[in-house]
Amino acid sequence: MNKGRGAARIEGAFAGGKALITFLTGGDPGVATTEKLIRAMDEEGADLIEIGIPFSDPIAEGPIIQDADERALAAGTTVDDLFAMVARLRAGAGGAAGLTKPLLFMTYYNPIFTYGVERFAAKCVESGLDGLIVPDVPYEESGEIKAVFEPHGIAIISMIAPTSADRETMIAKDAQGFLYCVSSLGVTGVRSEIRSGIGGIIEAVRQVSGVPCAIGFGISTPAQAEEMAVLADGVIVGSAIVRIIAEHGAESEAPVRAYVRAMKDALRAK
Amino acid sequence: MAEQNGRFGPFGGQYIPETLMAAVTELEAAYHRYKDDPDFVRELDGLLADYAGRPSRLYYAEKMTRDLGGARIYLKREDLNHTGSHKINNVLGQVLLAKRMGKTRVIAETGAGQHGVATATAAALMDMECEIFMGREDTERQVLNVYRMELLGAKVNHVMTGTMTLKDAVNATMREWASRMADTLYVLGSVMGPHPFPTIVRDFQSVIGREIRTQMLAAEGRLPDMVVACVGGGSNAAGTFYDFIGEPSVALVGCEAAGLGVDNPKNAATIANGTVGVFHGMKSYFCQDEYGQIAPVYSISAGLDYPGIGPEHASLHDTGRASYVPVTDDEAVDAFEYLSRTEGIIPAIESAHAVAHVRKIAGAMDKDKIIVITLSGRGDKDVAAIARYKGVDIHE
Repeated sequence: MNKGRGAARIEGAFAGGKALITFLTGGDPGVATTEKLIRAMDEEGADLIEIGIPFSDPIAEGPIIQDADERALAAGTTVDDLFAMVARLRAGAGGAAGLTKPLLFMTYYNPIFTYGVERFAAKCVESGLDGLIVPDVPYEESGEIKAVFEPHGIAIISMIAPTSADRETMIAKDAQGFLYCVSSLGVTGVRSEIRSGIGGIIEAVRQVSGVPCAIGFGISTPAQAEEMAVLADGVIVGSAIVRIIAEHGAESEAPVRAYVRAMKDALRAK
Repeated sequence: MAEQNGRFGPFGGQYIPETLMAAVTELEAAYHRYKDDPDFVRELDGLLADYAGRPSRLYYAEKMTRDLGGARIYLKREDLNHTGSHKINNVLGQVLLAKRMGKTRVIAETGAGQHGVATATAAALMDMECEIFMGREDTERQVLNVYRMELLGAKVNHVMTGTMTLKDAVNATMREWASRMADTLYVLGSVMGPHPFPTIVRDFQSVIGREIRTQMLAAEGRLPDMVVACVGGGSNAAGTFYDFIGEPSVALVGCEAAGLGVDNPKNAATIANGTVGVFHGMKSYFCQDEYGQIAPVYSISAGLDYPGIGPEHASLHDTGRASYVPVTDDEAVDAFEYLSRTEGIIPAIESAHAVAHVRKIAGAMDKDKIIVITLSGRGDKDVAAIARYKGVDIHE
């Protein structure tokens, strides 16, 4: 399979050492704040940034991101607002250069499906997105979106869970960009302890997959990031950042900067 | 309808997080292993007969027939089942299956509380730990059912997210299942969710339609011309319809909750107002906005207050094999009172939606036509809410 443009750019984010992948909910508490925070995370060393499209019923999320989705929707955020925001980030504005790091949307399938899959894919290209994480589309159902997004060069990121077992090979073989390895059972959130079995899973999938592996779900501290970076090529941090935004709202830039810097420093040591 | 890979035409599927794939795959394998297993079938049939009280009666509603002056009306009395609704049919099957799978704990969502009560009941009977998830809006509307579940030994979780109704209860139960599946089965209450649930629930509910066929042949020597059932997710309707899908002479009619009216935003009429989407593990029709945000639906009936419909119903609608009609709160409450006074049967407010539709159409039908209404549940749980609706102040 030829590597698409997005997949190649996403893989490139792992070229300079252990990658820090940061997540925030688009439009929480408003699109202007999100835009500012994405620039800040980029400047502090995030290698790849995931923007969550807020959804009314995010079944894979824990309370922290559920609340963020509610705040973003209450602020009136739509997917069109977020496409426009990504386009602005890529173009650069007010003297700032255009953002060049890979950007992903994290979205449930329904907002894509309802928008029109083809139309959504075209908008991804137009605004400058590189890939999508769609947590409620597992391997078996992914054909219908891959068939549309791949020709546009937009990568669909595959996920492996602690329960995947004999599904691991099948999923890993088809992975594009990077493989999202879910650390724990359950939903997104901040966890004090992360199961150690994830190391074995990553070793197994590396036998069949050529793409980098990143661990997500539960990681919040620099120490956890260091620990996970020994096992994987990158770490994904979501709820910990969203929790800062929940606390500081539109004034989140300074604390988010400090947090991202600390996490990136922890990974640089690896 | 023969389904393939959990699809009913373009509808259905398994749109769930990777973490849950292992759980639904395990359930599917167990279902295929046990559904025709003689020991399993014997045990389930025994429970349905001796514990749930099946077969449920098919009652000729003579006064209602005379009053409406047209088609002969029969009531399929699922309200007489143990726990007061059709929900027990599915729950006995699924909890028995959970037992065979070696699970020790069951979890379930509930709207009106009927499925929660049925699950708590089966869990008590079969020595399973049980946790129920119910939106806070519904725990307030259905206080007695909450206490009933607790009486039966279940833990009831009040879901405080989103609209705090049935859809949020489903979200919460899915999240719980994703965090604990080794010892736990999600006993889903309707013909919805990811494959294999729509098939499993429909199969366990199809006893309703099979009994109607046998009882109708005994009573009238022929099949009915129309079967009518209320539809939220659609389990009693699927159970009623399934045996007749291949009988073109039998019209299949589902009654959706139109709340304050299909033109008012406060409704839950998925077929009338919904569009195709992907939610709760399935591709089907949903009430949603132009950006695919699931709509905060409304019905007086907590059991029909759901923004989607099972994928097999979506397919039956698209192919034209079944028709789906909206019924408002007012019409349902009128029918609730009508059946109480006319036949001395207090129907669940959900089932009253089906009664309401038949009141509209029976009079214009020939007297030699036969309609069967599935009375999916009894109305004891609704008495306080209907009194409130009517502005009657009652104290217990």
